[in-house]
Amino acid sequence: MLYFSDLLQYSDVFFSGLKTTVELTVLTTILGVALGTVCATVRQYGNRASQHVVSVYVELIRNTPFIVQLFFIFFGLPAIGMMLSPWQASMIALTINLGAYSTEIIRAGLASISKGQVEAAKVLGLNFRQTLTRVIFIPAFEKIYPALTSQCIIVMLGSAVISQISVQDLTYAANLVQSRNFRAFESYLVTALLYLGLSILLRFAFNALGKRLFAYRTSN
Amino acid sequence: MIEFSNYDILRNLLFATQWTILLSLAAFIGGTTVALTLTAMRLTRNPAMQRIVKIYVELFQGTPLLMQMFLCFFGLSMLGYEISAWGAAILSLTFFTSAFLVEIWRGCIDTLPKGQWEASRCLGLSFLQTLRFIILPQAIRVATAPTVGFSVQVIKGTALASVIGFVELTKVGTMLNNATFEPFKIFTLVALIYFMLCYPLSLYSKHLEKKFNVSR
Repeated sequence: MLYFSDLLQYSDVFFSGLKTTVELTVLTTILGVALGTVCATVRQYGNRASQHVVSVYVELIRNTPFIVQLFFIFFGLPAIGMMLSPWQASMIALTINLGAYSTEIIRAGLASISKGQVEAAKVLGLNFRQTLTRVIFIPAFEKIYPALTSQCIIVMLGSAVISQISVQDLTYAANLVQSRNFRAFESYLVTALLYLGLSILLRFAFNALGKRLFAYRTSN
Repeated sequence: MIEFSNYDILRNLLFATQWTILLSLAAFIGGTTVALTLTAMRLTRNPAMQRIVKIYVELFQGTPLLMQMFLCFFGLSMLGYEISAWGAAILSLTFFTSAFLVEIWRGCIDTLPKGQWEASRCLGLSFLQTLRFIILPQAIRVATAPTVGFSVQVIKGTALASVIGFVELTKVGTMLNNATFEPFKIFTLVALIYFMLCYPLSLYSKHLEKKFNVSR
């Protein structure tokens, strides 16, 4: 038998967990995409050595599990003198993780910009920074926007793991509740549905944001 | 107290790697089987079937893998179904893998021009014949690279089985860390072993992608 009513008294626990998850997601999405943008630009237009450094970073992160990255940052770094709170460690781990994936995605966008556009910008007298911000970035981001947003959602779902270093996120709330009332199935089911709702909500938010960001398409 | 030499640490980690590989293989085989079934359901063009597949994908792509594992492991046993950590890990990784593979393969099948279905119909081929002789041979060529690429996600996903107590690479890493208090060394080694498992697959996937793009 299922007893969902046993969860009602813990609604504030779920709510505060949800809040932590949302806060971390918003923060790491912004930081991670920013990191990815910088790394992708370096990877595409930088010199040989810096391209190499970015490649190593991207491949290292993409080919190891997030939980190991998190443990390395939270347990491993203090051993060489970098003490981090669970919250800081998860923020760094999530940002580095999303940064690597978004580097790869954004770079594909940059590579898709035709050379003629860059040359045209040069002919018009734009310098490199102007070319990047006014000619390259917007159409590049528009092309890869769907892939980038689904990666952000994947990272949000992956953030469930940070409960393992006792960050009080939504998964932590689920564990706490089921340890109090032993309603494991109900507690985890409700939490899974909350995550589902969150990912649907995020997709809506990203779509709305995309419509605003790339509004120049529809206006002319 | 037992002393752990570097050799002991490495030996234990490599031993645990076998379980990571085994779990990845089991999940990948389970995932492909379910994904094949779901892809077949989707191709029948029956709206009810298609809706089921869509909900399945939405459900398992929209919730964390960790939560699926908790539900399979703690949730099912609370409901009275005894399940081992090994069983729960395979079950949840199968859901996870199949949900993503269905979507990947959908993209691959949809890239084939619709005219091919129509032409086959004109030639008098049945649905199964069209699938067997026209669609699948082409779709498999397109799908190989992203499927190999996704196997990396499966291997990385198995790391979460450590949380429900299945003793694989990550779990042995945390256990060794608790015994030796050398987290930096141990988690570096764990990460390196995962890297050595995943990176060849990533490279192979990239290679396949290039090969396919050249032949097109």
